[in-house]
Amino acid sequence: MTRHIISVRVENKFGVLARVAGLFSARGYNIDSLAVSSTEHEGISVMTIVVKGDNRILEQVKKQLNKLIDVIKVSDHSEQKSIQRELALVKLNCPGNRRGEILQLCELFGAEVADIAPKSLTISLNGDGEKIDRFLELSAPYGIKESMRTGLVSILKDKE
Amino acid sequence: MKIKGAQIIVEALKEEKVEYMFGYPGGVVIPIFHELYNSPIKFILSRHEQGAIHAADGYARASGKTGVVIATSGPGATNLITGIATAHLDSIPLVVFTGQVSRDMIGNDAFQEVDVTGITRPITKHNYLVQDIKDLATVIKEAFYIASTGRPGPVVIDVPVDISNSLHRFEYPKEVSIRGYKPNYEGHPVQIKKACQLIKESKRPVIYSGGGVVLSDASEELREFVKKTGIPITTTLLGMGAYPETEELSLEMLGMHGTFYANNAVNESDLLIAIGARFDDRVTGKISEFIPHAKVIHIDIDPASVSKNVMVDVPIVGDCKKVLRELNSEVEAPEISEWVSHVMTMKKENPLSYEKSKNPDEIKPQYVVEELYRQTEGKAVIATEVGQNQMWAAQFYKYTEPRTFVSSGGLGTMGFGLPAAIGAQLARPDRRVIDIAGDGSIQMNIQELIVAVQNRLPIIVAILNNGFLGMVRQWQQLFWERRYAHTCIDCAPDFVKLAEAYGCAGIRVTKNDEVIPAIQKALSITDRPIVIDFVVAKEENVYPMVPAGKTVKETIMRELA
Repeated sequence: MTRHIISVRVENKFGVLARVAGLFSARGYNIDSLAVSSTEHEGISVMTIVVKGDNRILEQVKKQLNKLIDVIKVSDHSEQKSIQRELALVKLNCPGNRRGEILQLCELFGAEVADIAPKSLTISLNGDGEKIDRFLELSAPYGIKESMRTGLVSILKDKE
Repeated sequence: MKIKGAQIIVEALKEEKVEYMFGYPGGVVIPIFHELYNSPIKFILSRHEQGAIHAADGYARASGKTGVVIATSGPGATNLITGIATAHLDSIPLVVFTGQVSRDMIGNDAFQEVDVTGITRPITKHNYLVQDIKDLATVIKEAFYIASTGRPGPVVIDVPVDISNSLHRFEYPKEVSIRGYKPNYEGHPVQIKKACQLIKESKRPVIYSGGGVVLSDASEELREFVKKTGIPITTTLLGMGAYPETEELSLEMLGMHGTFYANNAVNESDLLIAIGARFDDRVTGKISEFIPHAKVIHIDIDPASVSKNVMVDVPIVGDCKKVLRELNSEVEAPEISEWVSHVMTMKKENPLSYEKSKNPDEIKPQYVVEELYRQTEGKAVIATEVGQNQMWAAQFYKYTEPRTFVSSGGLGTMGFGLPAAIGAQLARPDRRVIDIAGDGSIQMNIQELIVAVQNRLPIIVAILNNGFLGMVRQWQQLFWERRYAHTCIDCAPDFVKLAEAYGCAGIRVTKNDEVIPAIQKALSITDRPIVIDFVVAKEENVYPMVPAGKTVKETIMRELA
């Protein structure tokens, strides 16, 4: 089982998400994360799908994705160099006396404080998956009340 | 001038030169039927929507044209599902119109509402819900284009009733451009060169030809290829007829119930040339031990078929017809006379056979199929149901032309044969069409007999009546301790009376010497369908048989004593 980042350019039409997701679900594959957004072209959306699975089966899924009429291009970013980002929102327990150390942690990670309440802080952080994992790990001792992250987005690096 | 959506549909069908439309009316498609009523399109009214779609499918298979179907929303649409899946698995071009509740009611659990695009998504090549009358003509144009190009398949167009009733100008697009859909027809020249090299060097090559050759009308090119290379050829169930089975180099069908010589030649081969075939599990058996010595050339229009089940050495993505033409202009015949004579010896020594009946009252089903072949001189179009009847029809009728064998291969749909025969007969008024049926399958869509009567179609329904769901019974006998759990269906209707009740001719045959006269009598009737109830040996099995997931070496050749 390897982790794949599959980037799919699609027509911005209703039902496309279901068509794409259906190819994974029909094989019993769980999508780890999914981001759908607009692109530089009007009418074209991009879906970034993170999924773990058998290489041979995913090769088949990619071919099947290519066959969908509304799919314009499929690329596997796990096979190439790419820049990856996701955004996390984390609500931490934070009594007044611990604000200082939490803010210090945020500064080290380049995270922003999005909201302050008497007993909690909400932090917004972006970066690649590893950075966010690390932040969640280090902030866990304070008590994470709630956390969520967007799906990964990924863009290929230009070659020299 | 603005016209109604329903009129736009009919105008578009006229632009597509649709001759026949198959279907069944209902509430939300009344506007469309209203316009069809006086149109030049000949409408074939089924008695169940499943009958309509299988008929359209049979029409498409026998004619090479796109089959067109219409049904209402809700149950009308869900009754089509098996037929859509059947066409999808066998890559048959269909355009299927379903009615939908009006747009403002969608999602409301309205009367006869189902999410048609949702339900049909995994079993269509593409589907549409028309949300704007402006898109209607373009959607139809695209649907016909998508259904019939590339690897063909069914396309569903779900039309809300208020779209059918709203007004718009009719402008049918001249061309289609879909940026995500550009099928590749031309095989890559480098790959074709590589293939020619492999063929030239091969010592034990076999051609494995499938439904794709029939679909791309590449039968002539295939014959030329065999002639130029002298390589023995086997076909899949759906590939039958593309190469004449009466020719010396034909090894006929391979696979679970394929010939001994086809399966063994493939197994011993050092090069397998797959053309428009997809290495289905009914062909390969145990995949890890399939073609242990062979390199593989795979010609297919669908890149997703390549290296899906079997790793391919030289993939050629393209249209079978075009690629075969290229190959024919470049290929050199390999030196394989020893191999060919070995294969021909296998063919001579292990013919398809069955134990002939010694009892005048016991009719062997294989004998019935053999006589159907002899009495029609191999000129009939054969439709089949699914099960033993289908396999005997494949083994004992010899096919010499493409589009003369109409059968549900991938999905294995019981109840397909009779309605498909209706479609095939409309496509081929010049030929006799015979549905080789079982007593189980025929009961699944027997209501369609009346459609053949209404249209005066002289289809012959040859029921191989053994009182069992024979194929499942065969598995129970061989692999499940002869425990015939719910496969005995000898509590059956009187098929002759039933035929007569429908207005067909009905003939019962219980003795061997009645077989030929019954077939001759049926062939002499040309104004209505004929049902022949052949009461055959109850526990006859289909052999050879490579049990599911097993290898050629484990082939069961005949009944074990």
